[in-house]
Amino acid sequence: MSNQTFGDSPEGVNNGPLHGLWAITNRELKKWYKQPFVLGMSLVQPIIWLALFGKSMNFGALFTGTSFNIPDLDLPKQVIDQLSSQLMLGTFGTTDYFSFLAAGMLSFIVLFTAMQSGMSIVWDRRLGFLSKLLTTSVPRGNILVGKALSSVIRSLVQATIVLLLAVLLGMQFRAGLTVWDFVGTYAGLFLMSLGLSSLFLMLALRSTSWESQMAVMNLLNLPLLFASNAFFPVKMMPGWLKPVVAVNPLSYATDVSRTLLLGTTSSSSLAFDFAFLGAFAVLFTAFSMFLSWRYLSR
Amino acid sequence: MSDEVAIKAEEITKVYGGSVLAVDHISFEVKKNEIFGFLGPNGAGKSTTISMLTTLIKPTSGRAWVNGYDVVREAAKVRQTIGVVPQEYTADEDLTGWENVQLVGDLYGLPREYTRRKGKELLQMVELSAAANKKVEDYSGGMRRRLEIAMGLINQPSVLFLDEPTLGLDVQTRAAIWSYVTKLREEYGMTIMVTTHYLEEADAYCDRIAIIDQGKIKKIGSPKELKEGLGGDVVTVGISGDQEAAIRIVEGVAGVRPEPQDGLLRFKLRDASTALPRLLEALAGKGLRVSSLRISEPTMDEVYMEYTGRSLREEQATSEEVAAIRRTIRRARSR
Repeated sequence: MSNQTFGDSPEGVNNGPLHGLWAITNRELKKWYKQPFVLGMSLVQPIIWLALFGKSMNFGALFTGTSFNIPDLDLPKQVIDQLSSQLMLGTFGTTDYFSFLAAGMLSFIVLFTAMQSGMSIVWDRRLGFLSKLLTTSVPRGNILVGKALSSVIRSLVQATIVLLLAVLLGMQFRAGLTVWDFVGTYAGLFLMSLGLSSLFLMLALRSTSWESQMAVMNLLNLPLLFASNAFFPVKMMPGWLKPVVAVNPLSYATDVSRTLLLGTTSSSSLAFDFAFLGAFAVLFTAFSMFLSWRYLSR
Repeated sequence: MSDEVAIKAEEITKVYGGSVLAVDHISFEVKKNEIFGFLGPNGAGKSTTISMLTTLIKPTSGRAWVNGYDVVREAAKVRQTIGVVPQEYTADEDLTGWENVQLVGDLYGLPREYTRRKGKELLQMVELSAAANKKVEDYSGGMRRRLEIAMGLINQPSVLFLDEPTLGLDVQTRAAIWSYVTKLREEYGMTIMVTTHYLEEADAYCDRIAIIDQGKIKKIGSPKELKEGLGGDVVTVGISGDQEAAIRIVEGVAGVRPEPQDGLLRFKLRDASTALPRLLEALAGKGLRVSSLRISEPTMDEVYMEYTGRSLREEQATSEEVAAIRRTIRRARSR
């Protein structure tokens, strides 16, 4: 400490609007990958869902896996197989329900990871770290965005694991698949994750109670999941549920994955899917930045 | 704001929820290179004032400047030039001491090479070099407080705010922390604003003290000025014989009725050099014998009592209990 002086800013300080953003993201990621139990659990979760749920909910086996036939008609197996294929194709847009579900699982795992993002701000407030953060020169808007970005990275890593596992378990991609289809799928998941993470961080912004955050998560997770096309096609749903599905970002991210990876067709175009997801992400990120500025100073 | 002033507050006020007046129109100045203490009980408004000056909360009215920057309009500039060691522990328990220092450096946008060099020096200063790569959850209370100081200094601030830096710590750690604070002022010309309710610490280490109670500053001055301002020495006398008669005599000479404590009478006496012989004479005249006599300067507690009407001693005990409860809660959470 012999030759240092205080009061003079060190050379090369970055006071730009994005300074500290990566530091916040990186801290959250470190807390994730440096804790083997947390990391392990977050990786096991998608495996359990995909392997157990995905393989047990095998609608295709309704016809093909049993000795199904119509009494007195005794249809040839070829006809039944054809009937089954057409029924599956007409309902799910693919003959393989597991592939249909696997694409939905990508959105599902992103939703569950994004939901947990709010907890980090509650704990930071309770354990004092938020006070430290606020005394530094980091721009207030970067606090929530940094946390949202770490949640996005975590959710995309988990989505990748789901995708790899799905392939191992027999997910079938469309013919003529290119690398751009994966890029598009990840872009859709990225936008949804950014918007959802920002939303759940906003909900937690003033909260000091992790119990209330858990309650919010439990209240919203399954309804958001089932009121989307992740497990079932929208056309099978009752009319009153369809407007909810239409504003649920999960539906659009799942639609992107299915269109690009499985080649299914849907009522919504890819351009509209991306426009919706882009608007959702921009709106909620901007709103979370605004609320950071507004509510992190009292 | 003059060049010699590091912190200036003008009538700053904070009202919570429209009705709770936490800080009530206070004004003061802290000179550069000064250790300025805020002395007061829990709830007096010390931390709220620090929070306003460090831009964590906005004043309801009034204005304040730190290093010449307005704490509301130029909050970002204020943050760049100050260091803050809050009352609560703020380090991330899942990271190591070193990672915490580096994280704070990154949050300030400091170049990595600078943070590496400076962080190493600071951890050395607070004697944490050996524990730098241990997780903070394994640190003791004293180590955590020392780490907080290193984290608060990483951006090379010219003004350092310390909110109850020694609360609930053992005597050795408290002495170590004050030695760092004194060193920062003496060797590096830093201005330090510190809140405390340890009277001895305020007395020994602060250049000037503001006594704050119920959101108002009651008095500002150096410890010496404050004690001299009471106008007299404190006399403690043991008298054998009729205590009631002794009390009446003392009241006649000193002008105040002393309260007996542990068989001794303790009172403030102006112009002790002339008043004391008169007192002894009067006591002897009534056949009362003086068994012990001590003349001392007023203590900070007496100063505090003079301006607030209350003793701060009991507050110290309460605050230490609060700190102990906080520690227990933190330990329970980290399990």
